[in-house]
Formats: sequence, structure tokens, C-alpha cells
Amino acid sequence: MTERVLLRHVGVPGQEDIETYLRHGGYEALRRALRELSPEDVVEMVDRSQLRGRGGAGFPTGRKWKFVPKDAPVKYLVVNGDEGEPGTFKDRTLLEGDPHLLLEGMILTCYAMGIRKAFIYLRREFYQAYRKLERAIAQAYEHGFLGERILGTDFSCDIVLHPGAGAYIAGEETALLESLEGKRAMPRLKPPYFPAVMGLYNQPTVLNNVETMCCIPWIVKHGPEWWLAQGPPQLYSVSGHVNRPGVIEAPLGTTARELIERAGGVRGGRRVKAFYPGGTSSRPLRAEHLDVPLNHESLAKLGSMLGSGAVIIMDETTDMVQVIARVCEFYREESCGKCTPCREGTRWVTQILDRILHGRGRMEDLDLLESIARNMTGTCFCPLGESVPPSLRAGLEDFRDEFVAYIRGARTPVEMPVRIREGILAPGG
Amino acid sequence: MRLSEATREEIRRLAARYPVARSALIPALLRAQEELGWLPPEAQREVAELLDLPVEAVAEVASFYSLLFTEPVGERVIQLCTNVSCLLNGAEVIRRHLEERLGIRPGQTTPDGRYTLRIAECLAACDQAPCMIVGTERYGPLTPELVDRILFGDGERR
Ligand code: SF4
Repeated sequence: MTERVLLRHVGVPGQEDIETYLRHGGYEALRRALRELSPEDVVEMVDRSQLRGRGGAGFPTGRKWKFVPKDAPVKYLVVNGDEGEPGTFKDRTLLEGDPHLLLEGMILTCYAMGIRKAFIYLRREFYQAYRKLERAIAQAYEHGFLGERILGTDFSCDIVLHPGAGAYIAGEETALLESLEGKRAMPRLKPPYFPAVMGLYNQPTVLNNVETMCCIPWIVKHGPEWWLAQGPPQLYSVSGHVNRPGVIEAPLGTTARELIERAGGVRGGRRVKAFYPGGTSSRPLRAEHLDVPLNHESLAKLGSMLGSGAVIIMDETTDMVQVIARVCEFYREESCGKCTPCREGTRWVTQILDRILHGRGRMEDLDLLESIARNMTGTCFCPLGESVPPSLRAGLEDFRDEFVAYIRGARTPVEMPVRIREGILAPGG
Repeated sequence: MRLSEATREEIRRLAARYPVARSALIPALLRAQEELGWLPPEAQREVAELLDLPVEAVAEVASFYSLLFTEPVGERVIQLCTNVSCLLNGAEVIRRHLEERLGIRPGQTTPDGRYTLRIAECLAACDQAPCMIVGTERYGPLTPELVDRILFGDGERR
């Protein structure tokens, strides 16, 4: 097991307090950068670290930064804290567990990119993270890490904490910008303009996710070579039928079997039936793929993807029809309604699945589902609509017998039991 | 229902944080909602005036986001997650239990105005599945007994 990097201080009591953060070497990277490094040096370090965005798309962060026009008079940094893909909770874990790490990453990014004003777009449901960040930001100002002439240099920078109001689509980066501008969160057409060139208020904008930002202090503090030697760290959110669900830091390419083991094994010692390797927008895989390395290439070969690293484990008692229907319902609920294939497709698909679940399905429905999946592929305006076909395909190809059993009336939905665990009252949200 | 001067002041202060005042719309609506419990048309109009926006721009946003309430809600809003990880861990058992104990269906408010029950999409707390947010506190993993303690018993916070 490699040493924890990103999660090193998550779970340390009081880590959200600046004193604790400072005791653990916090803001040293920022001090070092301001003293010894030029903004270009920092950009180069990030570029050489080969850091890839952790929001799901996996685009190299340094390259993304270099798209931003250097001489633009006004630029912004926007951090995407709108995590909400079912199965994903790593950003929330970082936000609640080590909020100053995010702030330090943001300040470093602003320094590197010559940015004066940064925003954290935080989904509304993260009440606890909001309270912690609010306090952390105030502390950072008190200690001179934010505001005018940071640590006595010419560099000044402000961070605004901005709450969302409940809309999964706001996590799509252009929809997030719309939302931050005080509008409905509906995706913008891109190209022609990517946020790096024309983002918030039509100004060049660096848009990164929480985990990506949390990597920056480590890279600046220890250097890109050290970072590369680490593996580099990857966070997996492991949930579903495992004994100890949680965020696990493990090298890219760790297998689901290893992750299950680290998550305390499968509930009741049962066998695995299937798993989502990268959240509900990835294609769920069968147990025979438990030893596939979870990385971008191997998963692409199976028609799936790593996405934001959300591994959802389903044991042999799982009703795949119910699961897939729930996934499609999610995208129907969260569709912004802008484009027809997504708005109508999600509605139609959930109607059919509902019919099947309630014993009124017909064999032709399976072909219908297939054709809707085909028609939704590559035709939706943004990734949300494209998230529906992978589950449907897996259902029709890998778990067809379960759908057929429902249609034949040989099966009715069973209620899945509540997880029983010790010490149950979780800390407040 | 008019917003208090303190809230109006707070909204002006929020607007000043952004290069463009309209960006303060969601935070402003949330602030107004904190005071009134929901966003009646008069409140939307007031926010529109404070931010110098057409009232339609405000209504459009208020109706889009699931946590901006354009209808009255109970004192405590329960957001129960029923998405995949919660579903796998018994969210439907919890849903039925809540429906029975509160005597309402999702989307409804108890007759005494205490609780509104809503089905939430993923709360990004799958490690605590099945989970729910009551007001601004998150709880999980839930069992029916725990739900009772949180809502009616000594488990209640605040
Ligand atoms: S794919 Fe869905 S969420 Fe995306 S723009 Fe179209 S309707 Fe909106």
C-alpha cells in the first residue's frame, strides 16, 4: 500500500482549523512559491507533474492552464465543487476533511495564472463543507494568505464561496458558469469558445475541480518528480455492498477486487455480481472484470470508463433492473431540458423501465430500449444525456435474462435491506 | 411578506462580492428563503429590485433549482437520497418508514407544518448510505430506529 498523499490529513481532528493545517506543513508551498518561484515556474511544475483533471474528463491540467491567454487583463479561477454523480463523494471528503488544502491550491493557482479573483461553486447540499470553508477562508484572510499583498508581496487575491441551489447539471462546466452568472444552469455550446478563452463573464477562466486543486500544494511543495514518483495518487469512492464504504487512495490501475478488499470485503461475505467502475455514467461491468486494472485505457476497451473514480459494488442479491431504472430516473430528473434526445429520451426510457418493473413489460420493449440508447448516443448536447446509454446497454447485453424474467412475470421487485452497521449516527452534514 | 432590513442589507453586501451583481442571485434567494422559509412572489420581486433585475429573470432561476422553494415548505425539509448506493442499502425501507411515520408522501408537508419530505438525488454521501439531510444536517447510514431518534427522539439535533 502506498502512502497517503491527498488524504494524508483527512480524518485528523481539527484539520479544518488553520493552526492544525499549519502544524502539518500547510501553506508552506504557498510561502515557497511566493519567495522562490515565478508564476511561470509554478505552471511548469504543474505541467511537468502530468496532473490530469479529476473531475472526470481527465484533461491535463497544465495544458488547460496554458490555453488561457497570458496577457488578458481579467481572468478568473472557478473551482467546481458540485460533485453529484451517483457514487462519487471524494470531493466532499476532501472539503470536509481538509478545506485549507483546497484554499492553498487555489491561491497557488491564482498566483501561477495571474488571477485576482476566484470562486468556489459549492453544491448546496454540502452544508457542512460550506460552514468549514467559510471559516477557513476567514482564517486565511486573518493570516495574510488571502487579500491584498499576500505575505508582503505584490500578489493579491480573493476567494468567494458561492452556493449552488440543487441542480446536478451545474457540475457541467459551462452550465456551472451560467449558474454562477445568476442564470439557469444550462450548458453552453463549446466550441467555439472554451472557458479557458471565454468563461465567466466572457473572460478567460481556469476551471478545475476540487481534487485537482488539492493536488497543487503537494506538487509545488515537493516538486513534479516527487509527484510522478508517487504513482500519482488517485482517489476512488467505494460504495454499495461493501463493509466499509469510503474514499480510498490507491494508484491508478488498482483493481476493483483490491478496492473491495480495502473496503472491508463484500457485505455478508457474498459474491459480487456487478460494479460501476466510474459512477453511474460509466458502463457497469460484471464480476468477471473484477481484476481489470481501473485506468482509462483498460476500461475504455470494455466500453466503460473511470470517470470520477466512483466504484459502486453490487453483490449477487442485486436486482439489476431496479438499479438501471434508478440510474435512468436520475438522469431524467436532472436533465436540464435543453435538448430533445436527452429530455425526451430519459423520459421515454424511464417509462418503459417502469412498465417492465411493474410486470407490464413486453418483449418488444427491449428492442425499443436498444434503439433509444442508440439514438441518444452522440446526439445529446452535453455529457448528461450521454450518461444514459451505457447502463442501458449493459442491461440489455449483460443482464438481459433479468429483464426477460420481469417481462415474463417471473420476478417482482424486492426491497433491498437496510445496511446494519455499528455506531451509526454520522457527524452532521 | 417583506424581507427584513437585515436581509436586504445582506443581499446588497452579497451583490458587492461579484463583478456582476446578477451573480448574487442564487445566494440572495437562499438568504431570502432562510428568512421566510420559501420564496413567495413578493420576495422574488424584492430580490429582483435589490439586484436590479427583471422579475422574470428571478422567477426563471427560482423555478429551476430544486432547493429554491417556490411553494411553502415545512419547518424542516427532509431530503432522502434514494439513488443507487442508497437504494442498494435500503433507501426504500427508509422511504416507507418516513412515509408511515409522517403520514405523507414525498413532495408533501405534514398537516402541522413541521416536515416536508423530498426525494433527493445523490447527496454525495454514498459512504453513509442510506442517508438523508434534515434541515442542514446530514445523517447516515440510516435505520428506521435511527430515523425515529433523529426526528422524534433524543437523537434530534438542535
Ligand atoms: S444532454 Fe440533457 S442536460 Fe445536457 S443539454 Fe441536453 S437536455 Fe440538458
